Amino acid sequence: MKILVTVKRVTDYERKVKITPDGSAIITEGMNFVPNPFDEIAVEEALRLQKAHGGEVVVVSIGAKDATTQIRQALAMGADRGILVLSDELDSDAVARVLVKLVAEEKPDLVIMGKQATDDDANQAGQLLAGYLGWPQATFASKTEGLESEAEKAQKPGVVIENGEALVLREVDGGLETIAVTLPAVVTTDLRLNHPRFASLPGIMKAKKKEVKEVPIASLGIDVTPKVKNVKFAEPPTRKAGVKVADVAELVAKLKNEAKVL
Amino acid sequence: MSEPFHGTDLLDVDRLLAEDERLVRDSVARWVDERWMPIVKDHFRNGTFPLELATELGAMGLLGTTLVGYGCPGLSSVAYGLAMEELERGDSGLRSFASVQGSLAMYPIHAYADEALKNRYLPKMAKGELVGCFGLTEPDHGSDPGALSTRAVRDGREYVISGEKLWITNGSCADLAIVWAKVDGQGADDIRGFVVEKGTPGFSAYDVDGKLSLRASVTSGLVFDEVRVPEENMFKGVRGLRGPLSCLNQARYGIAWGAVGSAIAVYRAAVDYAKARPQFGRPIAGFQLVQAKLADMINEIVKGQLLVLQLGRLKDAGVSNPVQVSLAKRNNVKMALDCARSSRSILGANGISDEYPVFRHMVNLESVFTYEGTHDIHTLILGRAVTGISAFE
Repeated sequence: MKILVTVKRVTDYERKVKITPDGSAIITEGMNFVPNPFDEIAVEEALRLQKAHGGEVVVVSIGAKDATTQIRQALAMGADRGILVLSDELDSDAVARVLVKLVAEEKPDLVIMGKQATDDDANQAGQLLAGYLGWPQATFASKTEGLESEAEKAQKPGVVIENGEALVLREVDGGLETIAVTLPAVVTTDLRLNHPRFASLPGIMKAKKKEVKEVPIASLGIDVTPKVKNVKFAEPPTRKAGVKVADVAELVAKLKNEAKVL
Repeated sequence: MSEPFHGTDLLDVDRLLAEDERLVRDSVARWVDERWMPIVKDHFRNGTFPLELATELGAMGLLGTTLVGYGCPGLSSVAYGLAMEELERGDSGLRSFASVQGSLAMYPIHAYADEALKNRYLPKMAKGELVGCFGLTEPDHGSDPGALSTRAVRDGREYVISGEKLWITNGSCADLAIVWAKVDGQGADDIRGFVVEKGTPGFSAYDVDGKLSLRASVTSGLVFDEVRVPEENMFKGVRGLRGPLSCLNQARYGIAWGAVGSAIAVYRAAVDYAKARPQFGRPIAGFQLVQAKLADMINEIVKGQLLVLQLGRLKDAGVSNPVQVSLAKRNNVKMALDCARSSRSILGANGISDEYPVFRHMVNLESVFTYEGTHDIHTLILGRAVTGISAFE
């Protein structure tokens, strides 16, 4: 089984993002970059499926040369090889159409993507890709907190592959549902699907020798003119100082009359 | 007001690291944050080490990291150093576990034992399935190991070992001990190394009671009461003090890196606390005396980072020497201890509570200051190097 898995280079969610004074862009200088956490879950799931069913795990990133680091991180976890599509930042639709080209070339049985990237939170690329390919999609793949031991959790994929289908437990409004999609398919990962493994030191060294193919986006012959543009960035409003109340009665009164939550 | 500086890399030392070196550092950092930080406080309180993490450390490649072959990871000294820095940011006891296993137990087997012993022990030790300890120091012989009194007397195809070792990290939880004993005469040249397995009749270990430092680490005494080991268990490849000192040279290198991790931990705690703690109507970080302490800390941390990085580059190029290792161990451990004491003072009364990592690091560093060559002995090694006159031999 061949699995294509995507990894986006995003700003570190643990660092405060700074914005240019005119609100036109995010200041990337001095910013730390990490793999999109949902994509790390996607890589982990792909590796578990590979362990269960064999095959190959190919990691794709789209972005500047720096994104090689995020591909290497996935290779250090155990993925087999990488493809970096060299490009400026794209909108979700262009990302999906780039992936259509790569899918045509690689012919994977499964594409696993993070449900969204933590930088723009668009949550669209997986769905668009499935649409363009005419493939079924299983978004927000999750796993119930069962009776697995820690060791078992570290082994078993949440996505069950059998008889040419993928059984996927999905997080939906109000609960969980399980769907079966025929392969090939697109799966996007939610937070509870798995806990990504740590890249071991020998894994990091092995990753240095793995192939990362660079593909200039111009060579794919697609129009990547953005359909969605970032118009303005703004800081969240600063939190106002709280007030101290003398007793419970005053608190209840304020909740009732000022906050109007009671 | 200017933008505050985040982190500890004020001089952008990161630029001097290769991509894989940064990935090693970041992966170990994540492991420490997720697997170690949630449990360290309780282990320190209870005086225990979570031995169940040994196999995880092995899977990460943190045991015998620089050794090549026999299932060992075979990484560079710089990558290893960065890993030790992250482990000691977690706790000196955690780094000590990895140092003892890799540098003091696996290293001599790798360097001096015959093939059979290497194949028997190293792959399992690299995985953390077997734990080793290192018996050199004795109750009456610390800085002067050449005077050690443990004896190994030949009897047919066996050696009979008698003596006592003390301050042995991992001693009571180890599956095997590297023991240094004198075989023929009383001189330092008679020192030979032996592998003694747990359970060998006459070999016992007990834990040192009442430790106020390195509490999340096992510290033991080893007793050898006519312990018989086969002659194959003696290292053929080395004799004299060179054997144990070569091991210590490896371990001290890791300590020099590790101390930077401790310093980073206490520095971060001090910065966070100073910015969040108001007194006299503003954060104490706004007071000059506090800023002076923080500036001194980051100043010394940056220098310490550069010191070990250069040492690591020399080591990877095969041109480092033990005096440079003494320099780095001496400087960085004292630096970290000073940072910890300074950080403790910034935290005020909270600085003595284990809700913060500062006091734990501070008392740990008192041990690190003393073990693997005391600060004073390293001073004398530097003194000998610059004058050509030994003050201690």
